[in-house]
Amino acid sequence: MSAERAERRRAWAAVAPALVWTCAFFVVPFAIMAAMSLWQRQGREVVRVWDLSNYHAFFSKPHLVGALWNSLEITLAVTAISVALAYPLAWIIAELVPRRFQRLALMLAVLPFWTSYVVRSYAWTLVLAKNGVLNQVLLGMGAIAEPLEISATRTATVIGFVHFFVMLLTLTIYANLLQLPPNYRRAAADLGAGPLRVFWHITLPLTLPGVMVGAFLTFVLCIGDYITPQILGGNSELVLPQVIMLQLGRGADLPMAAALSIVLMAVVTLAWLGCARWLRLERA
Amino acid sequence: MRTILLATVAALAVTGARAAELNALVWCDHTDPALIEPFEKAHGVKVNLKEYEGTGTALSLVEQSRPGDWDVFVIDGIDVPRAIDAGLLAPLPEAELPMADIFPELVMAENHTRDGKTYAVTEKFGYNTISYNKAKVDAAALADVTALWTDEAFEGRIAIYDYYLPVIGLVAMGLGKETAELTADDLPAIREALIAMKRNARSVVDVVSSQTVLATGEVDVLVGGGEWVTAILAAEQPELDWMIPEQGAVRWSQSIGIFADSEKKDLALEFVKYILSPEGQARLATSSCYWAMPANAKAGAVLSDQQKAALRWDDQAEYLKRAQLYPAPDGDLDAAMQDVWTEMLQQ
Repeated sequence: MSAERAERRRAWAAVAPALVWTCAFFVVPFAIMAAMSLWQRQGREVVRVWDLSNYHAFFSKPHLVGALWNSLEITLAVTAISVALAYPLAWIIAELVPRRFQRLALMLAVLPFWTSYVVRSYAWTLVLAKNGVLNQVLLGMGAIAEPLEISATRTATVIGFVHFFVMLLTLTIYANLLQLPPNYRRAAADLGAGPLRVFWHITLPLTLPGVMVGAFLTFVLCIGDYITPQILGGNSELVLPQVIMLQLGRGADLPMAAALSIVLMAVVTLAWLGCARWLRLERA
Repeated sequence: MRTILLATVAALAVTGARAAELNALVWCDHTDPALIEPFEKAHGVKVNLKEYEGTGTALSLVEQSRPGDWDVFVIDGIDVPRAIDAGLLAPLPEAELPMADIFPELVMAENHTRDGKTYAVTEKFGYNTISYNKAKVDAAALADVTALWTDEAFEGRIAIYDYYLPVIGLVAMGLGKETAELTADDLPAIREALIAMKRNARSVVDVVSSQTVLATGEVDVLVGGGEWVTAILAAEQPELDWMIPEQGAVRWSQSIGIFADSEKKDLALEFVKYILSPEGQARLATSSCYWAMPANAKAGAVLSDQQKAALRWDDQAEYLKRAQLYPAPDGDLDAAMQDVWTEMLQQ
């Protein structure tokens, strides 16, 4: 009995640092934010009344709800495009590039991470501008007659995001592909399956959990970002994090910003629950 | 052991002596080394600058700081009463400041003075009006500011400066309203005009992008721009200019004061005096972040003819007559204006 108790104590001692860390840097701040979301900004004062008026204000104003929809649409598009581009790239590096060049290929793939996120976004504005590199090249080639109007649009935001997240996803999917035991594929091939069939029935299903985790990471990082939409989107529309920043920077309306942050967290939690449920189903 | 202890104490004392620092909460124009370094050298101090945009951000920063963390405060002229109400600013010794040299319209005693005490002084001012590329747009087409939201010829050719107060002020003036008398009843018409203008707009841009979109030819007109956007670009791109429409412009100004909790008020006062001196004013007016008119009329003697031409020094008397101040809404109207602005952004 005492040995069991000692074992339990050791287990608690082992998880204690993680628990303290989580409490101090997640549970407590989250509780404060949740409480603050029930307060109100009246005039220039924050009044500690406890009601749902901030949430009511959010759901009753179409332009605020619209920001949430914009966030979801952009995030889903970015996640889908990034997966569609990253998977073949990771597969090519893992399967077709000779082993000794794979490190170099990966390094080239993550090269964009070496520059600042903000600098990279501003660099894209120069590429996508009306007189930017892209339009100059296309006009020079005679591919277009008039410059494309990409800058300060949703397309520009999606391009900026995809450029970043393809790299992230390539790394996670590549790691997944490397861990795949070759025996399954060999066995399938021995039984007469062609390369396409092997990929469809063996490789893809076995790497999907890794893809899902990478896609979830992309979803979380993308939906919470305001820098790329701010710089590349040119305020042509707002995403939810931009609206949160407006509450903080312009209105000093911390309660409303807290309420919007809770809404954003709820969306991320739902995405996580969906992802976790799918992963559990897969395992079952 | 004792030697080590003494050496440590001595080292700390030396570090302390060298660490005379001034902490200033400022707009980006104060971060130009050409402005700050002469003061640092003259006084043997380090000036730590924290740049911010929007008074709301500054007040949040101050709320999160300990008393005494900040010494100097550069703040939007219209928000000085807010800062005085909040007890943030210390009274300034007027006798030590060049008050008589400040352009009379920029003294703004109603904002800066309370119960006979002056809490801040205007250091720089300019206009939120229209910047444009005169090689592509005729100034006559912009003479009536309402064209920006009624004329389809501007579709896709304009950018809007992303600051709700001056642009709402400019739109209000276009609609024949006084910026100082705006109420919630005026907002529906302003909202309609803003949304119509957004339809013509290619983008809504921050301070940095305001210059970029014009300089790169992304747009031909910047609503809410002015000398602070184009003056710095005038030497390289003379086709970029600014003008004031028939309805007038919104005048902005920034003020400088000392935090009431500052523990280095004497040094802070020296900094304020330097910024308001003709030399400091000329450097501030031509800061690398943005140019604008100095509040001290004597800075004209320090600025070059080319710099004064870019700032339209000789036209100021007429411009000041045609300009109105930023709207100064109370808390509720401010929130309503921000809501309208957010709605416009979302279109």
